[in-house]
Amino acid sequence: MDIFAQQLVNGLVLGSIYALVALGYTMVYGILELINFAHGEVTMIGAMVALTVIGVLAGVAPDLPGVLVVLGGILVAIPACMLLAFGIEKIAYRPLRKAPRLAPLITAIGVSIILQNLAMLIWGRQYVSFPEILPTTKFEVFGAHISLLQIAIVVLALTIMACLWLLVERTRLGRAMRATAQSREVAELMGVNVDRVISATFIIGAAIAAIAGVMVSAYYGLAHYYMGFMLGLKAFSAAVLGGIGNIAGAMLGGLLLGVIEALGAGYIGDITGGFLGSHYQDVFAFFVLIGVLVFRPSGLLGERVANRA
Amino acid sequence: MLLAILPFLMGFGLGNAWVRVLDFVLLYVLLAIGLNIVVGYAGLLDLGYIAFYALGAYLYAWLASPHFGLHLPFWLVLPLGAMLAGLFGVLLGAPTLRLRGDYLAIVTLGFGEIIRIFMNNLNAPFNLTNGPQGMNLIDPVSIAGFSFGKPLHVFGMTFPPTYFYYYLFLAFTLLAIFVALRLQDSRIGRAWAAIREDEIAAAAMGINTRNMKLLAFAMGATFGGLAGGLFAAFQGFISPESFNLWESILVLCMIVLGGMGNIPGVILGAVLLTVIPEALRYLGDLQRATLGHVAVDPADLRMLLFGVALVAMMLFRPAGLLPSHQRKREFAAEDGVAEQEQANLYDTRA
Amino acid sequence: MHSSKLALSVVSLTLAISIAGCGNKAETGSNVIKIGSVAPLTGPQTHIGKDNENGARLAVDEINAKGLELGGKKVSLELLGEDDQAEPKTATIVAQKLVDAGVVAVIGHLNSGTSIPASKIYHDAGIPQISPSATAVAYTAQGYQTAYRVMANDAQQGKALGQFAVGKMAAKKIAIIDDRTAYGQGLADEFEKAAKAAGGEIVAHEFTNDRATDFSAILTSIKGRTPDLIFFGGMDPQGGPMAKQMKSLGLTAKLLGGDGLQNVNFMKLAGADAEGVIASSPGLPIDSMPGGPAFRKRFEAKYGAIQVYAPYAYDAVYALVDAMKRANSAEPAKVLAELPKTDLQGVSGPVKFDAKGDTTGGAVTLYEVKGGKWQVLETIK
Repeated sequence: MDIFAQQLVNGLVLGSIYALVALGYTMVYGILELINFAHGEVTMIGAMVALTVIGVLAGVAPDLPGVLVVLGGILVAIPACMLLAFGIEKIAYRPLRKAPRLAPLITAIGVSIILQNLAMLIWGRQYVSFPEILPTTKFEVFGAHISLLQIAIVVLALTIMACLWLLVERTRLGRAMRATAQSREVAELMGVNVDRVISATFIIGAAIAAIAGVMVSAYYGLAHYYMGFMLGLKAFSAAVLGGIGNIAGAMLGGLLLGVIEALGAGYIGDITGGFLGSHYQDVFAFFVLIGVLVFRPSGLLGERVANRA
Repeated sequence: MLLAILPFLMGFGLGNAWVRVLDFVLLYVLLAIGLNIVVGYAGLLDLGYIAFYALGAYLYAWLASPHFGLHLPFWLVLPLGAMLAGLFGVLLGAPTLRLRGDYLAIVTLGFGEIIRIFMNNLNAPFNLTNGPQGMNLIDPVSIAGFSFGKPLHVFGMTFPPTYFYYYLFLAFTLLAIFVALRLQDSRIGRAWAAIREDEIAAAAMGINTRNMKLLAFAMGATFGGLAGGLFAAFQGFISPESFNLWESILVLCMIVLGGMGNIPGVILGAVLLTVIPEALRYLGDLQRATLGHVAVDPADLRMLLFGVALVAMMLFRPAGLLPSHQRKREFAAEDGVAEQEQANLYDTRA
Repeated sequence: MHSSKLALSVVSLTLAISIAGCGNKAETGSNVIKIGSVAPLTGPQTHIGKDNENGARLAVDEINAKGLELGGKKVSLELLGEDDQAEPKTATIVAQKLVDAGVVAVIGHLNSGTSIPASKIYHDAGIPQISPSATAVAYTAQGYQTAYRVMANDAQQGKALGQFAVGKMAAKKIAIIDDRTAYGQGLADEFEKAAKAAGGEIVAHEFTNDRATDFSAILTSIKGRTPDLIFFGGMDPQGGPMAKQMKSLGLTAKLLGGDGLQNVNFMKLAGADAEGVIASSPGLPIDSMPGGPAFRKRFEAKYGAIQVYAPYAYDAVYALVDAMKRANSAEPAKVLAELPKTDLQGVSGPVKFDAKGDTTGGAVTLYEVKGGKWQVLETIK
């Protein structure tokens, strides 16, 4: 029982991170129907920038409490990622809005490669380690070990998702975003500045990605130029699982994928009598994704994309 | 003519290592032509194409290496590998028929990873693939008792196996080009083009879209499997790390860069993306010779340049270096109708 | 029209390359003996690759300074350094390049994944290959009489680790994690065999990959089997976070690893949780090598700090030249006939080969993190 509880905790923490990154994919897809492959890399840049700032701060002011140092890192990483996402959209995606659908997908892959290699040139190929400045307080609930950091990650993720939901459902900008997602042309006719709405979507997604990036690197204690790619892929799968374009779906998809992975790695060997082991963890996740797509192509909660023919 | 003497030009001008590069160029041309059938002709974005290459390579290794003690001749093994890959193409295609462009991309990507992960792990409980250690001592191609595995000594000159493989690969590549060109102008090719442009309209015109899509997957996969078998025989050693996601993306880059749907463009893309990294190596040698150390690592630069090239191509020459006539027309068109058509080019949603 | 354009571009390309290539060909007299050295000189392993090349270069320079005479003729050695980018495909291309250039032997490659495909080309060309650092068992198990290495292989290291775990560390219930790379899986399997043979019980065998950062699921599942030792076959980027996550999950088992963990980066990534982790490294610590301190002095005067395998590359060149002297020729076939008889006192220890081409004098040293530093525990011969 305690093992199962621990696996649930592992999965929920991992899932919250997936969910946060998935939000960025889902928002962009909802409006532009574009898989922003570079989103995972934005998360990575967020982590790298924050780590650099944290390293400097921890060196200059060693007496500062760790939480404040990390907060400082986040505060620099957010605008950096926002600027980056704004630039990516403007240079690589906007000119292609009327091009065939494959075109922006390919630039997205290109931008992703560029960001990875730039990060490698700037921060090197080695894994960068996160200084040990956060408290490592632990609790035991139902025999599962839970750290303060894990609780903070889950709570922060839920808060951000609630804020985003409010933004989309209750504000003018949110209404403009929903209108643009329904039909770009009609929204434009109604006086919505579509370009600005699209930019805003990218920027908000990037800010969330920056926070997610810092969470990942603080949780695992490292950052690396390659970390964004797999994270992005998993997060995108999570978004599809929940129903892309749907914010609640991204949340559900992220948490589900995290739990499925943890339970898969933990129990797949027992279920298959030792034939398949934890080396098939990713296969398990992909099979779930394919299964959902085949039997429920619009995801668990359904997509919110206007179905233009 | 030029193609016939090319290895000698390269071999004597630059050394036999460049003949080996040429061999790889031909393998990638084969792969690019195969992927072009799926992506360029039928408009189905496949990000896991390298899985078929892997299947062809592994089947060759199973049937012609000491692993199972089987040593079947290559003319039997190659078609089997191509068939196995084609079968998996259908297996992948069948459940994904209802998916539209972007979802298809992510499912094919997952498929590619699944195949690689299985190859990497199937050394237990039963040792099928030898896991991450890879499979070794794969039989070289041998025709009428003449083995490609040994260098040939004639007239006081030594020709390494790369020369024989060049002609073998060239023969298959020419065959593939011929098949691809014939397909393009056939009933099937026109049906694919119709599905690519507008699936609903294609179905309304009486095209069996399900069978046609499956056929595209199967044809593309067959070429991939063929190339994989040739690769296994040529290299003599295969391991799962040769079949990762980046290889899939590399092949996709080739056809995008060259000109999707257009065979000469696809060939050009494959040649460029295989030769440029090799040429970049001289950049490193040059720096070592002049500066004594490597200031800018060409390996670092290579991927960065690929990324920049991908973005720049899409922005400034979205139809590729050598675009197909039809694509060129569409991109040149100014009026609204053509623009509308473009927007739907890859939109195969119901 | 298109095809003629294409043909034209191919012609111009070929011409351009031929012209560019002309400058590379240098005629050399018959009294120069060319030896190849291959390692990644670009990419993430640049520093280790350069280290190998420098080790070989030091030996070549020393031998040239002393003067070498073969078959009554004074000869000098020339080292051709090539970059394989740690990639199997590139490795075969540079191997072919070296064979073209007429090398009589190759010192390399650095990695097993490149040494294996390249060994086929050297075998076809009939020239000896001595790897300073490839440790995969398969490298010398292909039946090529051209493939040699001067370092203990994964089987020897895994065996030493397995015996150490059950014998010295008195581990009864052992869990194994491997990263599904050729290195990690090979080492873990050899460890498992040796640990079982020594009477240890394997309670779990879990898997991860070389890009993973989250191990909580497999560690939790391992925790349920209450092992007293966890062996990890893999590298530091995974080992570091794994040590951390073990602590935060409340696992008290010891972590044991191979040479993939035995480095400074592991300690950086694991932080305080590195304390008490034990890892091995093939060979002796440089200061315990018979000629170690003297070698370190000579090497550092020329190239700066030693990374890892330089002494092995150095010994590989000496073993090769030793065989040449006995053959009184640099002809590959004659050198190959003499290589199996090698019996040399190198800086890294005695250099002797068995029938397969593996070294018989391979030692494995175990280190433990104490006070934030890797401290030598003991050396197993």
